[in-house]
Amino acid sequence: MPTDVENWKSEVYGNEIRDHLFEFAEEGFDSIPDDERDAWFERFKWWGLYHQRNGQEGYFMMRIGTPNGVLEPGQLRTVGEIADEYARGPGTNPIFGDAYADFTTRQSIQLHWIELSDVPAIFEKLEENGLSTQQACGDSWRNIVGNPVAGKDGQEVIDAWPVINELNETFKGNDDHSNLPRKWKVSVTGSADGSGQGDINDLAFEPAYKAVGGGGGGDGDEGGDEGEIEDAVGFNVRVGGGLARNEPRFARDIDVWVPPERVPDVAGGLSALFRDYGDREDRYNARVKFLVDEWGAAEVRETLQEEYVDFELESAGRDVREEYTYNAGEGERNDLIGVHDQKNGENFVGLNVLVGRMGATDVLDLADLAAEYGSGEVRLSQRQNVIVTDVPDDALDEFLDEPLLKHYSPSPSPFMRGSVACTGTEFCSLSIVETKNRQVRFARWLKANVDLPTDVDEFHVHLSGCTASCAQPQIADVSLRGMKTRKDGDPVEALDVGLGGGLGENPQFARWVTQRVPVDEVPGAIANLVESFAAERDEGESFRAFVARHDDDELDAFVDPEETDYEDPMMHNTKRTWYPYAENDSMEDAPSPPADD
Amino acid sequence: MGGVTTRLRVLDDGAWISVNDDRKVRVSELWRLDAPDLCECALTDLVVENFQSVGVDGSTVEVRVYGQCIACGAAGTTGWIPVGRVRGSEFAEIDRSAVRRVRR
Ligand code: HEM
Ligand code: SF4
Ligand SMILES: [Zn+2]
Repeated sequence: MPTDVENWKSEVYGNEIRDHLFEFAEEGFDSIPDDERDAWFERFKWWGLYHQRNGQEGYFMMRIGTPNGVLEPGQLRTVGEIADEYARGPGTNPIFGDAYADFTTRQSIQLHWIELSDVPAIFEKLEENGLSTQQACGDSWRNIVGNPVAGKDGQEVIDAWPVINELNETFKGNDDHSNLPRKWKVSVTGSADGSGQGDINDLAFEPAYKAVGGGGGGDGDEGGDEGEIEDAVGFNVRVGGGLARNEPRFARDIDVWVPPERVPDVAGGLSALFRDYGDREDRYNARVKFLVDEWGAAEVRETLQEEYVDFELESAGRDVREEYTYNAGEGERNDLIGVHDQKNGENFVGLNVLVGRMGATDVLDLADLAAEYGSGEVRLSQRQNVIVTDVPDDALDEFLDEPLLKHYSPSPSPFMRGSVACTGTEFCSLSIVETKNRQVRFARWLKANVDLPTDVDEFHVHLSGCTASCAQPQIADVSLRGMKTRKDGDPVEALDVGLGGGLGENPQFARWVTQRVPVDEVPGAIANLVESFAAERDEGESFRAFVARHDDDELDAFVDPEETDYEDPMMHNTKRTWYPYAENDSMEDAPSPPADD
Repeated sequence: MGGVTTRLRVLDDGAWISVNDDRKVRVSELWRLDAPDLCECALTDLVVENFQSVGVDGSTVEVRVYGQCIACGAAGTTGWIPVGRVRGSEFAEIDRSAVRRVRR
């Protein structure tokens, strides 16, 4: 039997939702009939609007999809102005105040407290400035991710930006691909650092060399220097990665290499394959990762070849995975923070945005600085950070001295720079615990109280409020995931602790070694863990390597939860509130939906 | 009862049970269960993580949930557990501290 969601999608879905959305916006939130609300909220996601959780009736999260995280000159200012004018509601965040933007783990932007009646004006402003919310959520092609500095990166193998642009043009608003069984996340990376994080996407294109034509053949391993020069540069294809639901998978190699001009054919073929063969009866089983489990990579390739493309697929080429450093736990460029060389001799400067959240005023100030010192362009990374591009050498020092960069640092403490957190109980229905503000408190406490060995300057801590894993917890040094436990008999928020995850040539999911640590004991647990690591590591050993050579019981002993002077003000069930930070936070005090005017 | 149909849905990717288009039962609560199939504890202390399905037996609304016992760590999907009653179009949730028995 098809699910409710499939039934709703079969009635109205895709582009046509927009007209209805605008009509409801015109006539007011209350004009959506009570018994149709759930159906419409499900459909609105396709246009980037996600109704916030219970107690926040009538307010929406709006996601703006910025392909590859690229904000062209002026676009960040647009986002800041929209956040300032519209992202305000009845709840004020004690750390971030009112009106802020969230930079997400898939290089998008989220605004909260958006009212339906403001949507047409916001869309108009976004679209005038080349931005869009189309397919930012819902069951279709999501925001395409990749190395955010594509086209500029000094260590690029191939410029993926034109490819990403073409995919975006082809598959946004494309009726053949607008109603898939589930979300479809695509990564296209052209650099040799792995910063597109292809391994955790439904579909990944990764840079690879291939000797093509002239019968030269070969997968390239034998290729000497001269051979490499004649190799064509394109992409290897992997399918079926994803982290959600306790069923994490890395994308699997389907033994296909494509030249850049054929990427849309292969990507479209695979998205059509998913459309036709994905499970529409059970949403939990719908992601393509499960289809790859069932079929195996070879059958995916065979079906793609036989039913979805009209040319002979090449076998995989020689990849550059051994050079991957991004979120790999070792080596340079574990993230993109700091000053880096561009191909053209200018610089890009990665700035740390703690848990990805930035107040609207700061967004506007940053937009000004980007215009003053660079080209005005700004890019977003998958570690929830921002990158100012095109800064010439002679402007660098002055830029780095700007007061705003004290808060959004190009050289932050490892605990600040390593922090990633999802939305959590503040706005999300699935969450079990508070996340963003908690991760800010954790990071500040760790910075003040814990010393890493002097040669370790990066330490990734990712906090997700539930198993959906939006903060990508399984690929961090320390993975934290929302749980509950009892402390002195009373229910309290807790976190499962996983260790040793990361990407790189041989990606590894964290092992969940310690379960249900009360949240107020987590900073102490990390402090004790770091102490054991410092004491027992081999010389120069990375944290990830250290974890890899210990078994779960040994690691569990290192974690050692403990109360410290860290105090957690959000131990209680933050989900039973209408807004965890409200003075009168109970559901009975929830505001009524915003009045229409 | 008396031909009143009750609309029951699992919404928001398993985050809510809705009864007649109102979200009524949420994830992230702790439930005490008598559920020997799920774990060996005398009483399972279950964190409700995800609703899998919802149904009605007479006037009793029942769900199957994915969750974890916080006493022993066992995780899995339960059998049908009562969450409340419908009378006419009204829904009354079972007291959250009550011990629930897996019915079938
Ligand atoms: C109200 C509910 C939710 C909120 C507020 C939320 C928020 C987010 C955010 C901010 C991101 C980064 C996303 C982007 O830019 O595209 C994200 C990614 C993600 N979301 Fe969610 N999400 C929600 C529901 C879900 C659900 C229901 C699932 C799974 C069943 C899910 C699974 C994921 C995963 C796995 C990622 C990122 C990891 C990856 O790249 O695979 N989310 N979510
Ligand atoms: S990980 Fe869970 S709690 Fe966090 S935003 Fe995603 S769905 Fe919500
Ligand atoms: Zn148990």
